[in-house]
Amino acid sequence: MSARRLAAVQPNYFSFNEKNIAWAKEQVAKYPIGRGASAIISLMWRAQEQHGGWLPEPAIRYVADFLSMPYIRAFEIATFYTMFHLSPVGRKAHIQVCTSLPCMLRGSDELIGVCKNRIVSEPDILSADSSFSWERVECLGACVNAPMMLIGSDTYEDLTVKKFNELLDHLEADNFPPPGPQNGRHSSEPLGGATTLTTLPAEEKIKRRNADAL
Amino acid sequence: MPRLIIDGQEIEVPKGITVLQACEMLGAEIPRFCFHERLSIAGNCRMCLVEQVGLSKLQPSCALSVDDLRPGNDGSPVKIRTNSRKVREARQGVMQFLLINHPLDCPICDQGGECDLQDQAMAYGVEKSRFHENKRAVEDRDIGPLVKTIMTRCIHCTRCIRFMTEVAGVAELGAIGRGEDMEIVTYLEQGMTSELQGNVIDLCPVGALTSRPYAFKARPWELSRTESIDVMDAVGSNIRVDTRGREVMRVLPRLNEGVNEEWISDKTRFSWDGLRLQRLDRPYIRKDGKLFSASWQDAFAAIACCAERTFANRIGAIAGDMASAEEMFAFKDLMVRLGVKSIDCRQDGTSLHPDLGRSTYLFNPTIEGIRHADSLLLIGTNPRLEASILNTRIRKRFLEGGFPIAVAGGVPDSSADLTYDYKYLGSNASLLEDIASGSHEFCCVLEASSHPMIMVGQGALRRPDGRALLVLAAQIAQRFGALSASWNGFSVLHTAASRVAGLDLGLVPYEGGHDVPSMVNAARKGALDLLFLLSADELDMSSLGAAFVVYIGSHGDAGASRADVILPGAAYTEKSGIYVNTEGRVQLAHRAIFPPGEAREDWSILRALSTVLGQTLPYDCLESLQEAMYASAPHLSEFDQIRSESARQVEALAALPVSELDSAPLGSAISDFYLSNPIARASAVMADLSFREKSRREAAGQSDA
Repeated sequence: MSARRLAAVQPNYFSFNEKNIAWAKEQVAKYPIGRGASAIISLMWRAQEQHGGWLPEPAIRYVADFLSMPYIRAFEIATFYTMFHLSPVGRKAHIQVCTSLPCMLRGSDELIGVCKNRIVSEPDILSADSSFSWERVECLGACVNAPMMLIGSDTYEDLTVKKFNELLDHLEADNFPPPGPQNGRHSSEPLGGATTLTTLPAEEKIKRRNADAL
Repeated sequence: MPRLIIDGQEIEVPKGITVLQACEMLGAEIPRFCFHERLSIAGNCRMCLVEQVGLSKLQPSCALSVDDLRPGNDGSPVKIRTNSRKVREARQGVMQFLLINHPLDCPICDQGGECDLQDQAMAYGVEKSRFHENKRAVEDRDIGPLVKTIMTRCIHCTRCIRFMTEVAGVAELGAIGRGEDMEIVTYLEQGMTSELQGNVIDLCPVGALTSRPYAFKARPWELSRTESIDVMDAVGSNIRVDTRGREVMRVLPRLNEGVNEEWISDKTRFSWDGLRLQRLDRPYIRKDGKLFSASWQDAFAAIACCAERTFANRIGAIAGDMASAEEMFAFKDLMVRLGVKSIDCRQDGTSLHPDLGRSTYLFNPTIEGIRHADSLLLIGTNPRLEASILNTRIRKRFLEGGFPIAVAGGVPDSSADLTYDYKYLGSNASLLEDIASGSHEFCCVLEASSHPMIMVGQGALRRPDGRALLVLAAQIAQRFGALSASWNGFSVLHTAASRVAGLDLGLVPYEGGHDVPSMVNAARKGALDLLFLLSADELDMSSLGAAFVVYIGSHGDAGASRADVILPGAAYTEKSGIYVNTEGRVQLAHRAIFPPGEAREDWSILRALSTVLGQTLPYDCLESLQEAMYASAPHLSEFDQIRSESARQVEALAALPVSELDSAPLGSAISDFYLSNPIARASAVMADLSFREKSRREAAGQSDA
């Protein structure tokens, strides 16, 4: 992973919109008086969402001022958590490909290959038209549907090179397909449908019979 | 009290200490990098691992409290091993990890020879590296003119971050990119602004943070070390002056739990370059408005010529802020023999007076005693600028909680950062009358506390109505129970290193004499013909009229530029002398080097001058001068002691009438921290810091507007 440092080009100014200011005040109020700084991660996350998926330097200062804490403390947090992007991400989508062991065994390397070919050769930088960017991430907790990736706040699972290419086609056309497994299965059920627990348990049958009798 | 067995020796230790401290009590040496007695515990260097018998893993002794050790099933104390094979191997392992990314540049590193990493690698490391991969390199950051960074050497102990956040109270340093790419930085490479930042150089166990002014100047083994006392403020920080040949190479703190713990301010640490610049190294005589160098004989003859035709009541004598007790004693002795009544050591015109009793001009609770206070009222003082080290004690007490602080003047408004929260009461002196009469809202806070502290600064006392403010402070102290038998919370914060000794020795006008403001006034009107200045530079030299001014001092500052005769004296590193700090603690500073050129120690100048003036002083060496001084002020012979004074004197002070108060706002005695005395004003480093501070203030003022 590359060193997490601020991007060279930064906006001049950042401020929460009205809705987010009200939301942020609610978050701070959740903590005991004088402990409002504990809300920093949620506030920075909201700042990142508001600013198109990345956290600019003025936003770090804005959040620090909002919570009356030293800039350096906020800066430490922003550079520690990989969930905060310190440089611009794709306008349409930032693709976070899981490359931990289960996903790697199920072919995440090929997905990375697609990223390199179709988006841009290096992670954490923008594609030529700035609409896409990609990066490798550690386990996102959907190993049973490996390989998978996170786009925005949605996960796309059970991917293959073909499916991923189709997904990118859709994204380029501003068309977000439904998230979840892309091979047709429901959740993490077996591919061909359930093979066990296909009948109702005994208690449930009795409960339903009783309900019918009433 | 917990009991434990360390390396086979059983020991009972106080509750709450760490295993590392317990081991040290038994004399076992535990290597460490991140642990520091005065900072919070980080436990991240892993160098202090010890073996707790029964546990398979080693424990970091710095982060393990003795309270958390569970005795064996039969109640037997926990056994700790600090030197078993397992521990030794673990230390070697930790050392190898620490050295993975550490450059092998000791020959060009300023820390070389006094480096914890170097010493501990020798004592606990292995002989060679097994690491063949690429080393990590880190960019050096510009964090100001004082602290030089070579960040590749950093081992991430975070002592500097913890110091700045906890002790200095300015969260300026932080660790970004925690993990493989961790770096210690200031926010976007802003320069550090703290007046205590130099201490991170001492704290850094490796050569990552070193002194920029001292960079590549000397090696520690070339230096002679002299124990001395700082004179930049009235705290009397204990320092060590390191010299090579005839030059002071650096100033470091010495440990004194009662005064400065182990910190010193940047002015103390970095103004040593001012000891070489602007020095008066030969006598001068003014002829036709210009100064010409002269011999000692000619300079003395010029003074004698003027003194012979001047009546004693038209002679004045002012002692400055950095004079030692000995020379002030000799100064007064000489003036008394000449029949001079206008003698004063209170250059800033402060209204303190020895006749009111010693406890009316001391910091009675003592610096260490600040921790016993449970509320604080600051009157006309900005302790962060006037006594930075004392301010860290206030902050330390503040962090413990239950310590309401109110500020009356001293800072312009409530936005000033004193490194602790306070309630700003205003800057109008009349609010003190409200507090003294019990009608102010802050009274209920003082009422509720059992150990209130009333701290009054020279910003209040040097005003024309200073006496009234002093009386009001005493009345407040008396009203709210700060003057009990066990607690005297009345504290006067001095800004001049010489002031308390001067008051102790009675350098105040005799009956019919002038004090400093009226001496200046008299000189302007032509009522004073001869003025002796003993390193006194903080006067309005332009209003001394046609008086013949004799300046005895070390630096070509305000006094020397006005003087008619200059007698070159010694700076504080160039003479042995006694200083009494603001709490009344008597401390001895030793001479580290000789004065430059023809300059002499001030007392010997006075001794020589006395012969020329026909009133020979009866001492030929410093020892006999000290004997004479001890005879008149016996407490000055009790080094590192504070003679306890009766709070009755403050009670008597409180009974005095209060005159009309001035309507001007209460300010601080110090406007520019970095340029408050002739040595600092001669220092290029201090000038740079002062300029940076000023530009920061202007930039902040612009962004506000």
